[in-house]
Amino acid sequence: CVDDLELVPIDPNLDTADKVYTSEEKFEQGLAKIYAGFAVSGQTGPDGEGDLGGFDEGHSQYWRGYFVLQQLPTDETVNGWADGNLPKISQVNWGANNEFIRSFYYRALYQVSLANEFIRQANNNAQEDWNGVPQMVAEARFLRALSYWHALDLFGNRIPFVDENSPIGSTLPEPAGENVRGPELFNFIESELLEITGEQGDSQNILPDHSNAMVGQASKGAAWMLLGKLYLNHAVYLGQENDEYYQQAKVFVDKVINEGGFSLVDAEDVSPNDSAYNTPYEYLFLADNYRCNNEIIFSINFDGDNSKTWGGTPYILNASIGGEMIPSDYGTSEAWGGNRTTAKLVSKFDNSDLRAMWFTEGQSLDIAQLDQFTQGYAVTKYKNITREGGFGSNGGNSAFVDINAPVFRLADAYLMAAEIDLRLNGSVSSASQNYIAALRDRAGVGMPGTIDLDFILDERARELYWECHRRTDLVRFGKFSGGDYVWPFKGGAVNGTSVDAKFDLMPIPFTDITANPKLEQNPDY
Amino acid sequence: AQEITVTGTVTDADNGEPLPGVTVVIKGTQQGAITQPDGTYSVQAPEEAVLAFSFIGYKTSEVAIDGQNVINVGLRPDVLGLEEVVVIGYGVSKKKDLTGSVQTVSADDFNQGSITSPQQLMNGKVAGVQITDGGGAPGSGTTIRIRGGSSLSASNDPLIIIDGVPIDNEDVSGMRNPLNVVNPNDIETFTVLKDASATAIYGSRASNGVILITTKKGKTGELKIDYTGKMSVHQPTEMVDVVDAGQYREMLGKFFPENTNLMGDASTDWQDEIYETAISTDHNIAFSGTVKDALPFRASVGYNNSNGILKKSSMERVTAALNLNPSFFGDHLRINTSLKGMSIKNNFSNEDAIGDAIAMDPTQPIKADEYDRFGGYYAWTNASGNPNNIAPQNAVARINQRTDLSMVQRFVGNFQADYKFHFLPELRANLNVGMDYSKSEDDGGVQTPANAAWDTEAFLRGGAYSHYAQEKRNELLDFYLQYTKPLDDIDSRIDVMGGYSWQHFWRNNEDEAYFNEADSEGSFVRDPYNLTKTENYLVSFFGRLNYVFKEKYFLTFTLRNDGSSRFSEENRWGLFPSMALAWNISDEAFLEQSSAVSNLKLRLGYGVTGQQNIGSDYGYFGTYRTGQPTAQYVYYNPQSGNYVKIPVTTLRPEGYDKNLKWEETTTYNVGLDYGFMNDRIYGSLDVYLRKTEDLLNEIPVPAGANLTNQLFTNVGNLENKGFEISLNTIPYESNDFTWELGANFTYNENEITKLTQVDDPNYLGVQHGGISGGTGNNIKIHQVGQPAGSFFVYEQVYDADGRPLEGVYVDQNEDGQINESDLYVAGSASPKYIIGLNTSLRYKNWDLSVSGRANLDMYVYNNMASNGAFYNKLQVNGNFLNNIHSDIYNTGFYDPNYFSDYYVQNASFFRLDNVTLGYNVNDLLNSGLKIRVYGSVDNVLVVSEYDGIDPEISDGIDNNMYPRPRTYMMGVNVSF
Repeated sequence: CVDDLELVPIDPNLDTADKVYTSEEKFEQGLAKIYAGFAVSGQTGPDGEGDLGGFDEGHSQYWRGYFVLQQLPTDETVNGWADGNLPKISQVNWGANNEFIRSFYYRALYQVSLANEFIRQANNNAQEDWNGVPQMVAEARFLRALSYWHALDLFGNRIPFVDENSPIGSTLPEPAGENVRGPELFNFIESELLEITGEQGDSQNILPDHSNAMVGQASKGAAWMLLGKLYLNHAVYLGQENDEYYQQAKVFVDKVINEGGFSLVDAEDVSPNDSAYNTPYEYLFLADNYRCNNEIIFSINFDGDNSKTWGGTPYILNASIGGEMIPSDYGTSEAWGGNRTTAKLVSKFDNSDLRAMWFTEGQSLDIAQLDQFTQGYAVTKYKNITREGGFGSNGGNSAFVDINAPVFRLADAYLMAAEIDLRLNGSVSSASQNYIAALRDRAGVGMPGTIDLDFILDERARELYWECHRRTDLVRFGKFSGGDYVWPFKGGAVNGTSVDAKFDLMPIPFTDITANPKLEQNPDY
Repeated sequence: AQEITVTGTVTDADNGEPLPGVTVVIKGTQQGAITQPDGTYSVQAPEEAVLAFSFIGYKTSEVAIDGQNVINVGLRPDVLGLEEVVVIGYGVSKKKDLTGSVQTVSADDFNQGSITSPQQLMNGKVAGVQITDGGGAPGSGTTIRIRGGSSLSASNDPLIIIDGVPIDNEDVSGMRNPLNVVNPNDIETFTVLKDASATAIYGSRASNGVILITTKKGKTGELKIDYTGKMSVHQPTEMVDVVDAGQYREMLGKFFPENTNLMGDASTDWQDEIYETAISTDHNIAFSGTVKDALPFRASVGYNNSNGILKKSSMERVTAALNLNPSFFGDHLRINTSLKGMSIKNNFSNEDAIGDAIAMDPTQPIKADEYDRFGGYYAWTNASGNPNNIAPQNAVARINQRTDLSMVQRFVGNFQADYKFHFLPELRANLNVGMDYSKSEDDGGVQTPANAAWDTEAFLRGGAYSHYAQEKRNELLDFYLQYTKPLDDIDSRIDVMGGYSWQHFWRNNEDEAYFNEADSEGSFVRDPYNLTKTENYLVSFFGRLNYVFKEKYFLTFTLRNDGSSRFSEENRWGLFPSMALAWNISDEAFLEQSSAVSNLKLRLGYGVTGQQNIGSDYGYFGTYRTGQPTAQYVYYNPQSGNYVKIPVTTLRPEGYDKNLKWEETTTYNVGLDYGFMNDRIYGSLDVYLRKTEDLLNEIPVPAGANLTNQLFTNVGNLENKGFEISLNTIPYESNDFTWELGANFTYNENEITKLTQVDDPNYLGVQHGGISGGTGNNIKIHQVGQPAGSFFVYEQVYDADGRPLEGVYVDQNEDGQINESDLYVAGSASPKYIIGLNTSLRYKNWDLSVSGRANLDMYVYNNMASNGAFYNKLQVNGNFLNNIHSDIYNTGFYDPNYFSDYYVQNASFFRLDNVTLGYNVNDLLNSGLKIRVYGSVDNVLVVSEYDGIDPEISDGIDNNMYPRPRTYMMGVNVSF
């Protein structure tokens, strides 16, 4: 009877690794988990069997966590929910024990671990004639690079580094690099992306072209875009500016624009049957925005039936509804009354700008109290409504929505192209001029007198607000910390005040500093 | 030697009454006599022999004849029952032979009153044992802690063994209290094994103490019938102190005049509407006797119908028990068969109504004409006219519009054969085969009707229903050999036991939920069908050696080797030794004749126990978990412009710790059992230290190192130290009047001494303890140097008048900012001192008993006030209104201050648990009929500084508790 102690799981949903990866289809499911790691928070949906322990599943969902860290501490968004230390995010006053920083840190590195495990299993268990597997590995490598980039951008170069060669469980991961601003993680992300796009080396793991990719699947365009972002922000990551990297950024942004097969969603896409909405910009954030895959280079997909979560776009939408807003107008049953925007963003728009989507009835423009939803304009950019005016798959009757979260859009590439021109040459090329004209035209506003870096930063806010770019942009422009540029509640003051430069980087959570003595805290935390 | 005739009278030493039926034996022989009805006896015995007088309930007395012809003896009542046999792990022991810290509570001492679950019988009776029920719901579950918890994340529940079957003490679906399988009326004794020298024989499951329950057995003799009947009336007492409609109108008018249009015209006391006075009944009948002089049996049937004070909440339970204990071959083979079955029907009502009754605006009506589509019940709606799901819901509708019934069957049975070898009577073999089986399911689905506004999603989808089912099967096989031998040559006795045990635990859970109407993609699913199945095994070898020298010096040594399927081959087996010494000081010559010191025994114990109940059965090896259809990833195929949706199921690699192993607790115990003044004062005193190492805890693992961020792993140490005193006295005793008084006192200090692999003084700890209000807010922490589960909050600053200054906290690290680095530890929910008190008075046929308990130096987080008392809660976004907790008058807060230590409140309390008055008729009209009629009051009184409705909350977070009612009960016991 001592033999009874040797067990195999009897649960139909549980199996050991050697029994799992028995077909190509199983690898598709393993890969789907890495994608799903950006969309749902566990194996049950919306909660239950959570991926991370010790956190509320909604809080710790990837895209919600990223939204909180990229949007809430900026001029684009405020939230004063009494959820632990959440108000401290909008006030740019956080410490190493802030649970929102902690949950995203673990979420990003969890994605890295998932990708590592997938690559490991593919190397060990895939049979040679399973032809789809090498490309799947390329996708896993892309998703790993994306999470590493998020982590590098938020936490710097000293975060733990693990890849498919790292053992599970038994050793302490080494920090990626010695200095908080340094080349190691940057170089890893760069070489991974160069390899899986076929730019460097002779890897079998090559991403598909956009024309062969499904919506939600990473294509070469997504990797080029990420390369462009990595190079554009290099001065932040490496600690010094180097024109060569701007040149490189230009190369890959141009590839996105010229070779990616993308185009802006524009007036031609507006069908006469589309009764509800007739601005092409608005299409990009609707329940059926998968149809915008000509402009959306890469998205995280959400679905009211099949990918239920309290995070992601369900969070972005539901938290943006409150006051006198009618939830069903936005295709949801819920109004969580949390996120809204500040006068600082609102004032950047001309009256005629079609991208300014506010709900103002009963809402004041100025904010005296962080926790009052009716203070600050509500944002109506995301809607769980189809172009035809129908609801998403939830029928408007639940919190779970179908809106895909755009991660990279062609419009962003256009703005990057112009910015690179300015940084390299001090002026924009005619091509970039045209890109901006296209965006301005779609928005129903004319061209500005001058195109300089200040204009670019503002235009990025106008075009890309609430798409999780803002903190990165403000840091790159040197306007996130310090007192040059302030907005309501920055530093805790109603009208905003200067904050310490340390806030340009988030702290490494104290829990990991303790668990892994090889790590070092970021400066001044 | 010359034989002489010895005669005399045996009497009760206390009152001089003659004692009939006393056994008088010539020591060292089988010869002797039995006293007559007048207490006299006569025996032929050698003149230098010793006579031993023994009688149940009295202390044995030995007298040397020394040539005397008349020997009169006064026997002292054996208050301590030292000759009584108590059950211990794998066997029995005489009380006087015990070496460990073992305490027994038997039927005579049970708590009285309206008792539905076994734990209530012994609450407050045993030093070191804290029992907290989960609130006032009928048949509610309890939390039992013996000497504080020894673990952080693994289970802290004691092992409970009923008639030799370790029972599954974990939650059973559809049942509020897993122990409800035993009818309290069938229980004969509780034996609590507290220190490791007593529990270590149970090895890996014994770290939190062991409670052995034995049920009543048949006795040789005539058929005896016992009937007990009770009727109870439960009355709600305390309500959460919220403002009334008048106060509310004034407050809203003052702070949010622009929102007064949202108010209604009613004055509703929502709490009043959901509670009611409830009536419960309980009937039990038991038959016991012997069939054909050969088959002793006891059979009982019990029916309990309990109603809760929350409307609709109820429990209907039928229990049946059968014990057969025949013996064969001249007592060489004894069989014990014990079968217990239970069928229960619960109505859970809807406990969410408790929170809503507190939060709902008192100016709104319960029902109004314009709410027909919600079944007439008032509901907050949003701008689209649909129910607002983040507003408080109509508490009355919650109860009336929901059906949540369950049906549970459970069976615990075992067959035990004990064989004394014919050729070697000193050797016994014991085989025990048992099973604990339960099956539960919802009774007709948990139903939400289409017009239920309080479940918005269901309302919009034509209503909803869910199903669940659970099956659990635990099997057991024990076998042991025991060899008992007196070694007269060296004035010693030995008792050696060795055995083997095999246990299998198997569980199966299913659940699913559906809407009544499909969504736009044709799906009815709310929660997809989910099946989880798991099992684990435990295989053990164990042994015990008892050695007694001169009947005064006792040594016990036990050893258990446990193998668990929950750990890898390298860590699978755990060895759990224990040793104990006892010295019966009062049997030494210098005290033997003393009546001032009638009993004195010193005990020293040491032992190691384990904990393997870690939640996961497969925590040590890598597995992949398939995701549900609601957690897929969705792609769209853009080819040909159709964008076909392609959902893909996911496969997730699970985190694991291949080095997972036992948690080990080492206990040191020094105890003293005492009896003074002929045992008019008796009790015991124990001092202990318990150190848990390799603490199983869910801790953050280095990011990137595993496939999760937190793992169950062995890290950290924890210490419990304390002492326990129990004291029982009989201050007055005579024929007509007896007064007994009992008290027990416990001091326990719990401290985490290590939490991380690497020592890091800056490590904060693990936050946990979710509260209501906001999302993901945790109020407690496990921190080194502090008791487990301490409150972790900001230190409130007060103004000159003692009012808290909103948002002003002490800057603990003096960095000029108030953020999470300024949280500090402010008290623990575990009491440092526990006191139990009980007294009984008997005058002729009347008896009166009173029992109470006090827990001191403990804190409760008042979540009702922290989440209810701030002005900005009056209205939310101009959409709906909330009622306000009256604590607002003390604080005047505008915003929630969840993390203020203002809400960590002193919750020391004294509770008068029960007062019972009874009248007994012992032999009605010489018919042999015994009748007892009694009345009692439960939960008579609570004395506490705590502001909330009840300070006694097991996790220390006061949040929408089902209030404990006051219960008035009338009962009758009849036996003949």
